[in-house]
Amino acid sequence: MPQTYKARVFVTLKPSVFDPQGHVIVESLHSMGYAGVADVRQGKYFELDVEAESADAARAMVSDVSNRLLANPVIESYRVDVA
Amino acid sequence: MKFAIVVFPGSNCDHDAYHATTAVIGQQAEMIWHKETDLRGADAIILPGGFAHGDYLRTGAIARFSPVMQSVQAFADAGGPVVGFCNGFQILLEAGMLEGAMLRNRSLQYRCEHVHVRVERNDTPWTGLCQPGQVMRIPIAHGEGNYYAAPEVIDRLEKNGQVIFRYATADGETTDAANPNGSLHNIAGICNERRNVVALMPHPERACEAALGSADGKVVLDSVVASLRAGVPVVAGR
Repeated sequence: MPQTYKARVFVTLKPSVFDPQGHVIVESLHSMGYAGVADVRQGKYFELDVEAESADAARAMVSDVSNRLLANPVIESYRVDVA
Repeated sequence: MKFAIVVFPGSNCDHDAYHATTAVIGQQAEMIWHKETDLRGADAIILPGGFAHGDYLRTGAIARFSPVMQSVQAFADAGGPVVGFCNGFQILLEAGMLEGAMLRNRSLQYRCEHVHVRVERNDTPWTGLCQPGQVMRIPIAHGEGNYYAAPEVIDRLEKNGQVIFRYATADGETTDAANPNGSLHNIAGICNERRNVVALMPHPERACEAALGSADGKVVLDSVVASLRAGVPVVAGR
């Protein structure tokens, strides 16, 4: 019986890729007085409702979706959580 | 000869490309909706600028899965000349037909202005009438034109002569100040290994008549016409 799973996908720029938006945010935080914030990397967050036979099957499908569409592997990496 | 101009929902330079290919250089052109797969016997394909599918997710990320892209890929695989201007470049990157990716401009500004672009190579169907080192004054209009690729990819593109256009000064110097978006190596345009797929962020199709401020971009369209007349790339099965 297929079950419904909630998948969460976090997409971030790879560490080697400069993040112009994160850079502007951290500069803004410094000007606001938050000297303790050393760095900011901006990313994307997705919630997917998926039907699959198991959590592993759901994870495999969402990983495939992330690799093909949600993230661009040239510049981004992703993490999948399934609950 | 006939151009196919692909129209995605959100394309907005499709009519500029149509005007330039028909009224300005006197060729035929067909607008091909992104759901279509028949390229109607076109000799060359233009992926125009705009905001295909709203540029949601990432620029070009949704457009690459439009049905027409399978035909574009097959056309390119058969050696047919394909060009991407601006959003068209972003779509070709997402489709994996060209290497690399676009990041937000380092200024975070949408840059809309005329820039100078140096032509590095004339051994592509889209630059055959250019002189290497020739400087074109043509417009840009983009927020995500900051070209990035991994260092080993950049090295390979440079070694293979696949960097076709670079941002430069009016004198052709590739300075950092002349780089409007932070692109690595001032890269404004590249080609694939086979050299028939070319793309650049600036808009040559919007700079084909003096009345528009510059006619420097016309040579790109003239080049592909000359290349096809010379009979270099023949598309199999057409």
